[in-house]
Amino acid sequence: MAVAETSPLHQFTVESLVPIHVGTFNLSFSNSALFMVIAVALITAFLVLSTRGARLVPTRWQSLAELSYEFVAGMVRENVGHEGRPYFPFVFSIFMFVLFGNLISLIPGSFAFTAHIVVTFALALTVFIAVTLVGFIRHGFHFLSFFVPRGMPALMVPLMVPIEILSYLFRPISLSVRLFANMMAGHTMLLVFAGFILSLGVFGVLPLAIDVALILFEVLVAVLQAYVFAILTCLYFQDAIHLH
Amino acid sequence: MPQFDVSTFPQQLVWLAISFVTLYVLMTKLALPRVGRALEERRQRIDGDLEKAARLKAEAEAVIAAYEKALADARHQAQLTMKETTERLGAEAAERQRQAAAAIAERTSAAERRIAAAKAAAMASLRDVATDVARAATARLIGTDIDAGRAGAAVDRAMQGRR
Repeated sequence: MAVAETSPLHQFTVESLVPIHVGTFNLSFSNSALFMVIAVALITAFLVLSTRGARLVPTRWQSLAELSYEFVAGMVRENVGHEGRPYFPFVFSIFMFVLFGNLISLIPGSFAFTAHIVVTFALALTVFIAVTLVGFIRHGFHFLSFFVPRGMPALMVPLMVPIEILSYLFRPISLSVRLFANMMAGHTMLLVFAGFILSLGVFGVLPLAIDVALILFEVLVAVLQAYVFAILTCLYFQDAIHLH
Repeated sequence: MPQFDVSTFPQQLVWLAISFVTLYVLMTKLALPRVGRALEERRQRIDGDLEKAARLKAEAEAVIAAYEKALADARHQAQLTMKETTERLGAEAAERQRQAAAAIAERTSAAERRIAAAKAAAMASLRDVATDVARAATARLIGTDIDAGRAGAAVDRAMQGRR
């Protein structure tokens, strides 16, 4: 499924940088892997370097690190409550990984790994499995009562339970498609308009202006989608812990 | 769309797993404890400072209360002393006045007694003088020397009449 170099979709092509083959599997280190590693390195460097010799009155970088910590901690506390505390590092990792993945991808020439359905779906599935495990570990089989909304007439149970289970199973799909579609649409739009800049000559100013506006909008989308991903993770944990 | 190129899925998934697990471990073991510690230290420091400030405020209030109590006590003591002194001085003055009045009365009565004595003495000597004068005058005028007893009686009579 190769796409032409000139296609706005070409930016999503996964290209092997260091070929690695295990058996029949191609596990090459690709541009996607490179930017994942860059994201992890940047997040770690950001948090560790900014808190080096942590001060009482924080420096600007330390302030930013503390802000991100408090932001996610507050999100977990408000949406999951005190019981959500053990899952804070997980939610924080998800949030930072998606946020940095989204933001780095806006740098021209970089790669948007969060615009890949397989990546977002794997992340969403991780959340889904984690949440389901937490639900079963905390409540045992009583967790299944989550699928029977309280105060429902007995007659409605056979109808409602499959719907509840279906909507539960649909969570990782909606979670991953939302992020994937947003990132992919944004990046495609940027390149579609960028393609017109040179071909229109002087009037190329117009698509350029649109791209400037779009990239600002994409920064907003990048942050917002990371936030949405994290807050939905929190809400799923809240459901699993408190069963509505 | 390159996103649906299934042949790239294994490598993406493997590297996603490697990077995300690495990130999770780094966050859990390294980054989050550091940031959390910085926040916790600041929170504790602020709480400690607030606590200290509250303690110092309580101490200052206690000192002020003690000072005000001491001031009130001193004022009360001063008033007591003043009242006591006034009373004592008043009593002393009254006592002295009474003593002075007694002394004056004493001296007055002594003087009166002396005056009365002197007057009596004077009166007595006056009678002797008058008797002698009367005898001497009688001797000169009539050449009769009347005895002191009769002259004395005459003088007494005359003096009785003058009195």
